[in-house]
Amino acid sequence: MSNFFAMGGYGLYVWGAYGVTFALLALEIILLLKRKHETKT
Amino acid sequence: MTAQSNRWFWFASPQTFFPLAATIARAAAVLAVLFGVAGLYVGLFVAPTDATQGEAYRIIFIHVPAAWMSMFLYVLMAFWAAIGLAMNTRLSALMARALAPTGALFTFIALWTGSFWGKPTWGTWWVWDARLTSELILLFLYFGFMALQASIDEPRRADRAGAVLALVGVVNVPIIYFSVQWWNTLHQGASVSLTKSPSMAATMLLGMLLMALSFWMYSIAVAMVRVRCLIREDHE
Repeated sequence: MSNFFAMGGYGLYVWGAYGVTFALLALEIILLLKRKHETKT
Repeated sequence: MTAQSNRWFWFASPQTFFPLAATIARAAAVLAVLFGVAGLYVGLFVAPTDATQGEAYRIIFIHVPAAWMSMFLYVLMAFWAAIGLAMNTRLSALMARALAPTGALFTFIALWTGSFWGKPTWGTWWVWDARLTSELILLFLYFGFMALQASIDEPRRADRAGAVLALVGVVNVPIIYFSVQWWNTLHQGASVSLTKSPSMAATMLLGMLLMALSFWMYSIAVAMVRVRCLIREDHE
């Protein structure tokens, strides 16, 4: 398992790319749902 | 106007499109998750280690699909903006507005993941070469489109101004795409070509295509929810 997270020594780069990508997608979804909620009321 | 063309314009009205957008958003969201889980599984567990780049290459599974979406969404945004400009259909302009933030997001993701791929493989986070610079210009075009529309109070004028900017900026998309052929660059050539057989393992290609489908469905879902917000706000 720790092998998987190490990514052959490239862990920082691989997870830095994946982590920020999915964090930003999640942020867009959260902001959008908030906006949807606000426009309804 | 004939009955046939009336049917074409039926969903061009925001009011009739409003419930349809919710249905599309739900279906696309489900597909985005399914394709995303499958794509991440194939990309992170099934696809073999790259012979020259080791595990660092696995960034390809988000980098290339994000870069495709950044260009595709811009063309789509410009297309809707142009339709809105030509036909004065309200929904077209709203579609262009709905796509811009997601396009900007994927452009940023393409740049960010590219940077995190460039550092271990090229030895640098950033170079001012044609591919990277034109993609950065794409990000500024998205920001410019959003800022311009936000700065004009009268919606119709804002949409017309935005449409002109979006259409002029479309020139940048083929420049991004062909930049790796036109100029010397650190950036590698196209990963997938219609004319050549794929240069990578079948599972690598599969992972990339699944992630592309996931990002595509994500963009549809998000744009549909956003266009519903815009339709509501339009009537306030």
